[in-house]
Amino acid sequence: MYRYDDLDQQLLNERVSQYRDQMARHLAGELSADDLRPLRLQNGLYIQRHGPMLRIAIPYGMLSAAQLRKLAEISRRYDRSVGHFTTRQNMQLNWPKFEETPEILSELATVEMHAIQTSGNCIRNITTDHFAGVAPDELSDPRPYCEVLRQWSTFHPEFAFLPRKFKIAVNAAAQDRAVIRAHDIGLEVVNNEAGEQGIKVFVGGGLGRTPILGKVVREFLPRKHMLSYLDAILRVYNRYGRRDNAYKARVKILVQALGIEEFSRQVEAEWAYLKDGPTTLTDTEFDRIAQHFPAPAYEKLPAENAGYSAQLAEDKAFANWAARSVHGHKVPGYAAITLSLKKTGVAPGDISEVQMIAVADLADRFSFGELRISHEQNVVLSDVKKGDLYEIWKIGRSNGLATPNIGLLTDMICCPGGDLCSLANARSIPIAEAVQNKFDDLDYLHDIGEIAINISGCMNSCGHHHVAAIGILGVDKGGEEWYQITLGGQQGNSTSIGKVIGPSFYAVEVPDVIEALINVYLEQRTPQERFIDTVQRIGAEPFKTRAYAGRDKRKAAANNEERKVANV
Amino acid sequence: MSEIIKNGGIVSDDWQVLKLAEGESVESVVLPGTATLLPLAVWLARKPEIIASGQKTGVWLESSEDPAAIAADVAHFTVIGIDFPKFTDGRGYSSARLLRERYGYCGEIRAIGDVLLDQLFYMKRCGIDAFALRADQNPEKALASLATFSESYQAAVDQPQPLFRRRAA
Ligand code: SF4
Repeated sequence: MYRYDDLDQQLLNERVSQYRDQMARHLAGELSADDLRPLRLQNGLYIQRHGPMLRIAIPYGMLSAAQLRKLAEISRRYDRSVGHFTTRQNMQLNWPKFEETPEILSELATVEMHAIQTSGNCIRNITTDHFAGVAPDELSDPRPYCEVLRQWSTFHPEFAFLPRKFKIAVNAAAQDRAVIRAHDIGLEVVNNEAGEQGIKVFVGGGLGRTPILGKVVREFLPRKHMLSYLDAILRVYNRYGRRDNAYKARVKILVQALGIEEFSRQVEAEWAYLKDGPTTLTDTEFDRIAQHFPAPAYEKLPAENAGYSAQLAEDKAFANWAARSVHGHKVPGYAAITLSLKKTGVAPGDISEVQMIAVADLADRFSFGELRISHEQNVVLSDVKKGDLYEIWKIGRSNGLATPNIGLLTDMICCPGGDLCSLANARSIPIAEAVQNKFDDLDYLHDIGEIAINISGCMNSCGHHHVAAIGILGVDKGGEEWYQITLGGQQGNSTSIGKVIGPSFYAVEVPDVIEALINVYLEQRTPQERFIDTVQRIGAEPFKTRAYAGRDKRKAAANNEERKVANV
Repeated sequence: MSEIIKNGGIVSDDWQVLKLAEGESVESVVLPGTATLLPLAVWLARKPEIIASGQKTGVWLESSEDPAAIAADVAHFTVIGIDFPKFTDGRGYSSARLLRERYGYCGEIRAIGDVLLDQLFYMKRCGIDAFALRADQNPEKALASLATFSESYQAAVDQPQPLFRRRAA
C-alpha cells in the first residue's frame, strides 16, 4: 500500500499542529464555536447526540495491520474499545473526548493516518472496490488512481469551502463494487479502442433526499488529464452550485438544473484553459505511486487445494461460511475473504478492540499484513491461501467474525441512526437487530439467498437504503419513529434507486413487513432467481399488497405491545 | 487608517471599500476619490469618468460576481477586493485564481469581509496577497498562519508546479 515519504509525513504533522492550535484557541475563547465548526469537521470531528464523534479516514478502504492495531489502541485509550466502519470505508469513534481529539490525531499521524476531510463541504475520502488489485474481473488496479486523487484533494486550496460535501469513487472492474453512480463524481477506469487507459467520468450522482444516478460527462478521458478535468468540474460546481439551500447544494442539483449537456459544455469550456497545464498527470508520477501497490510475494500454488476441498466436504458449518465469504482471486490458489461485522446483536459495522487486534493478527499471519474495509461495513482479507482458510475461519469464529451471512439478508448496511447521530429521524440499529433476530435461522437465511437490506436513520441516506433491494428509511412523524420501505434498488452495474411502496410503518411492524416481502419472493421465485430478480420480473404490486395486508391487525398488535411495555 | 496583512507583514492602509447605501444608485453615488474599492457595477457603468479622474483605482467583487467582467480592465486597478460574505462561501478562491491565472492580473488582490486567520493559507495559495481581517482577528497569529504548511500537493498561484513535478526522483 502507499507509504508516506518525508513530504507526506511533514504535511500531516503540520496539519496536526494546525488543528491543535485551533482547538487551543477555541478552548481559550479566541475561536468561536461557529468559526471552529468547519475546521473541526474537516478534521473529522462532529458534535453528535451524546457528544463528539471522530471520523477517521481510511483512504480507499486500505489498512495495514499496524494501522489497525493503532486504531485498536486508540479505541481503548480514548474511546470505549469499539470502532464503527462506515459506508465510506472510514472508521468512526463514537465516544472520544472533545479536548482529546488533537492527541488522537497526533497518535494517528504516527501510522500515516488522519481524519482529514472526512467531513465538511470539501472533497471527501475517495472510495473504491474492496477487492482492488485482486479481483479477477479487474481491468487495472484502481488504487494508484485513488492515491493520485487523495494527494490532489488533500488541502486543495480552491475547493475547501464548496457549496456542499463532494464524494468521489473509482471503479476499475467489470462489476462496479464501489457504487460509483451514487457519487458526486464516479470514475470508471476504461481502455479506449487504441488500448490507451483512461477514465469514463460520471457526474451528479448521489443518494440523500433526491436520489439521482450520475450521468456521463465524458466517455473517455486520457489518464493524464484526470486532475485538470476534475479541477474544471469542481470549479464549475464551486462557482455555480447553489449556496442558498443546503438541500439543493449538491452538484447533482446543479447538473439537473443545467441539464447534462449544458453542464458538460461549461466544464469543457473551463477545462480548455486548464488542459495540458502543470496539473497534467505525468506517467512518472503515476508509476511512482503504482509502485506502492505491488503484487505481494505470492507462492506458486495449484488452483485447487485438496485439504480445503476435503474440509469443505467434511464440515458443513465451514462450507456454509465459505459459500458466502470466500471470493475469487486472480492468482491461482489464493482467495479473498470477508470477515462479517454483522453478527446479530452487534451494531452493523461495529468492531471491538479485541476484534481489531484479532483481524490485524490474521492479516499479518495470512494476508501479507494488509486488509480492507468494504462499503458494506465488513472487513476483507484480500490475499489468503486456500489451504489456510479453515484455520482463518476457526480463528474468525472464535472472535465473532465468521457469521456466514455475507450478501445475505442479515448482512445489512446500517447507519448509526438515532442512537448516536444527531441528524437522525429514527433509530436504525434496533431495527437492524429486530430484523436479524427474525431471520436468525441459518438454513432459512441461505435459502432466501442474496438480498440487500439497507437502513438509514434519515434522508441523508448514509445507510445507502436507496440502492438496496429492500430499503428502510427512518422518518419522523410528529415526534414518533416511522419507517418507509423502498423496493427494487440495486448497486453494481445495474445500479437503480428503489421505489417507496407506500405509507410508512411503526418500528415494531418492520420485521413482519420484511417477512411478508420475503414470503412473496419465496412463493413466486423461479429456481435461479434472487430476490431482486423476482421483484423485477413480477413488479412491486404483489409485494405491496402483501406488505399492507392485515396491517390493521398488526397495528393493533403493535399498540397492545406498546401498552404492555408502557405498563411494565 | 486600518491595519491589514500584506507582503508578509502587518501594514497600515488607507483604502476604503465603497458600498452602496440604501437609496444610492450606481449612477448617482458620489465617488470618494482616491484609494477606493468600487463596486463592480459602479466601475462598469462609469469607467470613462473613473479613468479620467486619474486616481488610484480599485474594484471589489461580490462572491457571485464573475471576474470575467473585468478581464479586459485589470490593468487599471491597483487593488482588486474579493468579498467573503461568510468565510464558508468559497467562491472567492476561484475568483482569485481566475484573476491571476486567466486574466493575468498582477496587482494586489485583497480579501475583504469575513476574513478569518484560519483561511489565509488557502487564500494565499489562490493568489490573494492582502488580507483585511475581520475586526476580532489577531493580526500576528494571522500572519503566522501563512506558514501553516511548508509544502502543498496541488499547483496553485503561489506554486504553479504540483508537488509531483517537484518531488525528488
Ligand atoms: S442517514 Fe441520517 S441518521 Fe443515519 S448516519 Fe446519516 S445522517 Fe445520521
